[in-house]
Formats: sequence, structure tokens, C-alpha cells
Amino acid sequence: MLLRIFLAWIFVSSSMLVNAADGEWSGYIATEWRIFIDSPADPVQHGDNTSLSAQAEYYRDWNAGKQSFRFTPFLRIDGRDNQRSHFDIRELNWTSVHDNWEFTAGIGKVFWGVTESQHLVDIINQTDLIESTDGEEKLGQLMFKLNFARDWGNIDLFVLPGFRERTFPSRTGRLRSQAAVAVNSAEYASSQARDHIDAAIRWSHSVGDWDVGVSHFSGTSRDPRFRSTIDKGRAVLIPVYETIDQTGLDLQATKDDWLWKLEVISRSGQGERYTAATGGFEYSLYGISESAVDLGLIAEYLFDDRDELSSTPFEDDLFLGARLAFNDEASSELLAGMIVDLDNGSRVMSVEGSRRIGDDWKINLEARFFSNIDPQDSLINFQKDDFVQLELAWYF
Amino acid sequence: MKLNNLLIVGFVCFASLASANPEQKGLEIAIEADKRETDFGDTTANMTMLLKNRHGEESSRYIRLRTLEVDGDGDKSMSVFDRPRDVKGTAFLSFTHKTGSDDQWLYLPALKRVKRISSRNKSGSFMGSEFAYEDISSQEVEKYTYKYIKDEPCGEADCFVVERDPVDELSGYTRQVAWINKKEYRPEKIDFYDRKNSLLKTLTYKDYQQYLGKYWRANEMYMQNHQTGKTTLLSWTDYKFGTGLTNRDFDKNSLKRAR
Repeated sequence: MLLRIFLAWIFVSSSMLVNAADGEWSGYIATEWRIFIDSPADPVQHGDNTSLSAQAEYYRDWNAGKQSFRFTPFLRIDGRDNQRSHFDIRELNWTSVHDNWEFTAGIGKVFWGVTESQHLVDIINQTDLIESTDGEEKLGQLMFKLNFARDWGNIDLFVLPGFRERTFPSRTGRLRSQAAVAVNSAEYASSQARDHIDAAIRWSHSVGDWDVGVSHFSGTSRDPRFRSTIDKGRAVLIPVYETIDQTGLDLQATKDDWLWKLEVISRSGQGERYTAATGGFEYSLYGISESAVDLGLIAEYLFDDRDELSSTPFEDDLFLGARLAFNDEASSELLAGMIVDLDNGSRVMSVEGSRRIGDDWKINLEARFFSNIDPQDSLINFQKDDFVQLELAWYF
Repeated sequence: MKLNNLLIVGFVCFASLASANPEQKGLEIAIEADKRETDFGDTTANMTMLLKNRHGEESSRYIRLRTLEVDGDGDKSMSVFDRPRDVKGTAFLSFTHKTGSDDQWLYLPALKRVKRISSRNKSGSFMGSEFAYEDISSQEVEKYTYKYIKDEPCGEADCFVVERDPVDELSGYTRQVAWINKKEYRPEKIDFYDRKNSLLKTLTYKDYQQYLGKYWRANEMYMQNHQTGKTTLLSWTDYKFGTGLTNRDFDKNSLKRAR
């Protein structure tokens, strides 16, 4: 109830702010075409797809930037998957900045971490999985955040009411598990279910070449475990959200052309306590063969001590990637990568590229290929889901 | 009497300059130019970059910049991108150091991610322009060795012509030749020579304006690449000094808030 009153208050006060004159709107509208190489594993799943999305951001500050307000609505209308058609408020918050502390209230987005292949430490926001298969798109999270800046580092304190459930494709959607996820039947370990108020704390600091963060989260797990069941004669997966405690470390050493990166988490609450880690490097070569092009070589090892029981497919895997930055007027970029399971040889390959066209348009290319997938690997779900995707976005 | 004293002091200074060897004189000019730049405290300004290729095709970038002077070290600076629109809100934080590598962080607004990046890419292009990172980062005396060449008229003013060689082996230049205004100790023109020692670029400073009765800032900086035919025109507006910025405006929190 209190939550609803608070949300209503945010809406009312923010609609007053948005109507005021001196803020500004920006954002994009995009069309996405996704082409699948193979027929789907399940005949009810759709084939090639077209999808529209738009995101706007309203920003306003006053009192010399010491107070600010931000509103970022997001909308997708999908041609084939009605669950992928969705609306979300990514941000709707007010920030107040003081000499040694700042406070944010409202819906916001927070990122923690340093590695490229996966983001173990990052836990504040729920993944908007239906948006992007790489898990980098996030749902807005209601939060009260207090930050203290001191000589010995930054402390961030979070109170996180209003749990958000992960988004999943519908039964006709693609890049889904063999049994579809029954998103409306989620179960919770806590009797408070989604009303459980989560909390988190993080200390972060930069000393010389080192950037370090230590965090602890206590609350409802963002990634559910699944319970298989039969619903209307069909096998479905029920997401089960348990209450967890997770301690995380993220560390980066920036040594000339080498970036050394490490993320480690230890989590309890989902069966036995477990440890997972991602670590590796990014090595940069600048201006290769006398051109303006920079090449970054990335290698990361992905580890999870639950082995085959782990909820991610990456428990003993190696990520190898190459990033090309062309440093041209169009800011052309290309990132190609591959994750190989060192136990069973399953491979996920991905290519991401982007290029600006004129001043206000941008074209994004994304492709994912699953090959040599071991039948025991959880990636087997996506074996028929190799795709190439092109997105054209107009920015305003 | 007073006037006499001044004349004598002036004469002694002049004599010491005249008698110094070219390296000594080049360094003294750099030190004097640096001295005239100190104690500015902090500044904010808006910058427009107009990129043009040899076919005359144009693209532009809008950037807001703030700088904080640090006692005994290089400046801290933050750049926030307004355009192109697809990178709007991207922000770049840099702690320059007189010696050793700089500290740099990049904020990516779509992911809300702060990335510590390597500062080794000194010779790389800044935002696809003809300015390299080393051209726009804070100019410290220690970053070059100097050699005075000659005096030469530069436009309506008289200039010292000084060669400066980057100390950092990662620099994209073997040398730079700078025309320094003899009265105001501000650069009027710089020629950049690439690693093969051929003329690569020329930077021309235009339309200088003085702030607080002391600090000169060019309203326009025009970079021509002689090898590719590309040009970049930097236009500065809304220069403000002493805006009360502190270290807190140059940390990772302010980077995430930058707008």
C-alpha cells in the first residue's frame, strides 16, 4: 500500500516537473529485423521477425545541477511475440547532490562490474531478458540510494522495494527454453513474495591503477531457479525466486595497454552456498598498421563451482573476443566473440557491430550462433535459434 | 627611479634570454607561457567540432567541458557529449599527470556503466576528428623538450618559433613547431610532424579573447590534416572562470550524473 502511495506521489510530482519549461527530451525510435537461420525447435515458435522500439528520456536539473529529475520510458511493439511487446519505466527519479553525499529516490538503473563476457556482480536491476539475449538490458528498479563520498572511497546504500520479475519469451517466442516459462505463475521462497524489501551496500574506490568494488546484496534473487511442471497438458517451467545473500568483488588493474579484470561472487540461499567468477584481460593495440583502427583482444575465464548444476551455462568456459574501433566519423565498431565450454566443447559465437549514418541515424548488427552444443548443456535450448539481426535507429 | 629599476630588470631578463642556448630559451618560453596560465582555478566551456572530409562532407559534435586546476599536477577534466545524439550523455573523465600515464574513465549512459580505460592511446583520434587525444589534453611543461629556433612575424604579432619534442614515446609526433606570441605567450599556430618526420597537421588559433584580464582563450581552433585533406574546426563558447568547481565535480559519481 505504502509503495502504491509512493509511486502515485512520484507520478504526480513528476508530471508537474515534466510540464515545466526548461527540461529537455531526447531518445530514439528503432526498427529491428531478426532473421533465424533454422526452423524453430518447436513448430509453434515464430520465424523471422520485425519489431519496433522507442525510448525517450526527459531530464531537468535546477539549483546549479544539485537537484535533478530524470524520466525514461521504454516501449517495444513486437511483430510475433506478445510478451516481447512491453512497456517499462527505466528511470523516474529525483537526485539531490550535497558536498559529501547524494540521495536518489525513484526508479533507477545501476551497473556494477568490470568484465565483458558476463556480469556476475551486477545485481540491483532485474534483467529484461526478452529485450536482449546477452542480458545487458535491464528493467527499472524502485530504489532509495544514499551515497557517501570519502577519501577512502564511496559507500552506496540501497533500499530496494518492489521486486521485478525477469521477462521471458512467450510460447511462440524465440530463444526460449524447450518448455516455455510460465511467467504468471512465479513462486517465491519468502512469504512476503515480491513485497520483500531488498537491501544492498557497496564500497568502491580508485587507487592509482586500481579500481575496486566490494558489495553485498540481501534479498530476492534476480535470477530464478525453475521448477518443471505440466500445465494444460504442456510442460512448463515455473520461475522460483529465492531469498539470497550475495557478496561480490569487482577489480580492475589498468596497466598500460592491459586491462586486468576480475569479478567474484559468493551466494547463499539457492541450495548450497556457491562461488562464481569471471576473470581475464583486455589488451589493446592502437592504430594497427598505421591506420586509425584500434584492436582490443579480450580473454576471460568463466567459472562456477556448482559445475553442471549451475543455473548458467558458463561453469568452466573460456571467452575470446576481438573488438575493432575504427575511430572514423561514423564511430564504426565491431565486436566478435566466442564462449567455449571447456568440458563439452559447446560454443556460442556472437558478432556485434554499429555505425552512425549521417548525424541522427545508427545501424546496429547483431548475430549469434550456437554450435557443437552438447545435449547436456543448457544451451541446447537455443540450438535452432541462430540469428542475424539488423536494427536501424533514429535519434532525436 | 622606479622606472629605471624596471628597465634594468627588464634588460637583465632580456639579456639572460638572449644569451641562453636554444634549449634553455625554448624551455624558458614554455615556463613563462605556463606561468601565465596558472591559478585559473576552474573553467567551463562549450565546444562544437565541425569535421569536414576532402569531399566537403560535414559532421558535427557538441561537447561540454569542465576543467579543474590541480596544484603540482596536471588538470582534471570532464567532457560530456551532447551530439551526435546516439552518444548523448556519454562522458569522459581524465586526470592528467605531469609525468606517467593519465587516469581516464568513460561513462556509457545506455548501460549506466563506468569503464576505466587505458590512457595509452595518445595518438588516437578524438571522436573521429583531426585532434588526437594528446592535442586536447592538458599541456604541461614536462611533456616536451624545447628548442628555440627564431623570431618571426605571425599575422599582426611577433612570435617565437619553438620546436617541442614530445617526451612520451607513445606520442604520434616526432616534433611540433609552435609559433608563440611574444607579447602574450599564447600559441598562434602549431605544425605537427608525424613519426616519419613529415608534416602531418597544422593547428591555427583564431579570435583570441582575454578572460579575467589575464587568461587568453581562442574562440576557434582550426586543424588541417595535410596528408588526408580532412579538417576539424573547434569553436568555443560560454567560457566561464571561477565557477566554484571542486574535486567532487570530477569523480565517478559526477561522471554518472554528468549531463
